[in-house]
Amino acid sequence: MRQTMATMALVLAAGTAAAQIAPAVVYSMGEKFDGSFNEAAYRGAERFKTETGIDYRDFVVSNEAQFEQAHRRFARLPANPIVGVGFLQTAAVTTVAKEFPALRFTVIDSVVDLPNVQSVLFKEHEGSFLVGMAAALAAKSGKIGFVGGMDIPLIRKFACGYEQGARHANPRIELIQNMTGSTPAAWTDPARGAELARGQIDRGADVIYAAAGTTGLGVLQAAKDRGKLSIGVDSNQNHLHPGSVLTSMLKRVDLATYESFKAARDGSWKAGVRVLGLKEGGVDWALDRHNAGLIGAEMKAKVEAAKADIVAGKITVHDYMSNNRCGA
Amino acid sequence: MDELLVPLLSTLGATLRVATPLILCAMAGLVSERSGVIDIGLEGKMLAAAFSAAAMAAVSGSAWAGLGAGILTAVMLSGVHGFACITHKGDQVVSGVAINILVSGLTIVLGMAWFQRGGQTPQLPPEARFMPVWLGHNLMVYFALGLVPLVAWVLGGTRFGLRLRAVGENPQAVDTAGISVEGLRYRAVLIGGVLTGIAGTYLAIAQNAGFSRDMSAGQGYIALAAMIFGKWRPWPTLGACLMFGLLDAVAIRLQGVAIAGIGEVPVQLVQALPYALTVILLAGFIGKAVAPRAIGVPYVKDRT
Repeated sequence: MRQTMATMALVLAAGTAAAQIAPAVVYSMGEKFDGSFNEAAYRGAERFKTETGIDYRDFVVSNEAQFEQAHRRFARLPANPIVGVGFLQTAAVTTVAKEFPALRFTVIDSVVDLPNVQSVLFKEHEGSFLVGMAAALAAKSGKIGFVGGMDIPLIRKFACGYEQGARHANPRIELIQNMTGSTPAAWTDPARGAELARGQIDRGADVIYAAAGTTGLGVLQAAKDRGKLSIGVDSNQNHLHPGSVLTSMLKRVDLATYESFKAARDGSWKAGVRVLGLKEGGVDWALDRHNAGLIGAEMKAKVEAAKADIVAGKITVHDYMSNNRCGA
Repeated sequence: MDELLVPLLSTLGATLRVATPLILCAMAGLVSERSGVIDIGLEGKMLAAAFSAAAMAAVSGSAWAGLGAGILTAVMLSGVHGFACITHKGDQVVSGVAINILVSGLTIVLGMAWFQRGGQTPQLPPEARFMPVWLGHNLMVYFALGLVPLVAWVLGGTRFGLRLRAVGENPQAVDTAGISVEGLRYRAVLIGGVLTGIAGTYLAIAQNAGFSRDMSAGQGYIALAAMIFGKWRPWPTLGACLMFGLLDAVAIRLQGVAIAGIGEVPVQLVQALPYALTVILLAGFIGKAVAPRAIGVPYVKDRT
């Protein structure tokens, strides 16, 4: 707080042209350092702070009812822009953004159609396409698996992109697909995730992609225990089991947060829907020292070539949510 | 041959893995309830033990230290339950539910404060877990299977077991014989604590590699249901636990598989299967389940 005031005083004294802003971020359910979604938003905000010296406020909710309170509290300060992370905040952002039409809001993973709200979506199907290719190229058995969290269209979108990528690399690939459940509890059940993964391994799967929140940790663990490969999601999860996590499908929530803050500062912030795909750097596959030994030169070349083709528009990855079907 | 054998073995293996915490918890509940003390708090004690075991294993790097911490925590909660409803003759259901609610919140709060990971504990390396030792299963699975004959023998064939059962049916008679009702019930409740502690430890550091919020996911209640299915007898209770485990394992493996003549079964239907069958079986097939006669009634020695 004091730091913020000091920074603001500095900015005033220097008389810079950049707009004065007091950014804030409201995290999704769970802790700030969840190693995944929230932590990505935190990293984006931290990057902004390091680069500009402008401090931000953040809020960790302990239940869903607090989303609206958090946004309203920040709006009264006023904080500007306010970033809400995750589709659970849709209702809160809609309500509070209407009450404070002069403030700017950014909602991630959801669409709120208001003149002062920026909605950021990701092309998860494009990133999943790349990891699907990697999976198909790494699977010696010709069988790969997918474990989703809650059975919702968003997760089907991951699965569909994954399947397309796998078929692109190997048309004869066999995909075993499971969803953990049909309630939100499906996001937090690593024991069930591990059982599903073991079931897929018993049926011959060599590589399993987990798009299931905390449940996915069980999937990664089961693959590691059985000497198979897995693919992480959202954040870079390669470090969890080096040598067993083939790669991770990155969803750059940090980028979305950072860019929203930065655009507000530069005065280029716009309301409306932003869709971040491979081209915009919003999704990607993760390459680092933890999986360097797993990604061969040939695999890397093939996946990177497909990535370039998607960016150039030569390959179009079908979006499940466009027609609620995997296939046009 | 392999087409049939591999899925069969894999399903049986999964059945054992899923049933292990149920067996441990159901035996804990059985010992406690045969002595006349209702144990609704199985769920909470298991969850608390899971958290302490994972936290201890993460800090110390030792699976055995984790097991010790898990058992200690569950025994302490059992002590609280005993203190409330044996010493102070409180309502056993209320005390058990209180434990469940307390633990469900406390584990997350402590987890957030200690590990800053949204209530989870860090992922554990293999050294800090109980890894498979024989035929793909870990020590605790075999312990759970060995426990059933042990409980059956203790309850059915030892002096302690006979007294324990008597205290659940007719505490006055036991008291008249000059044996402490409270002492026996305390012992039963604490044995239950040890077993739920092992169950929780299994969840956190054998079946999984760390604690996550509400990871017991209602298994304590399912264990209670299995115990009632089994009419408070060890062997039938084991059967019920294995049946629940099998249903769960089958549900997992049926998903996304096309069955001859039917086609692919919808995910939702497969997931509802264990619950639907439970209702049907409970409603029609097990006959009358008669609880120990003195269950839920605190023993009052002197009414003057």
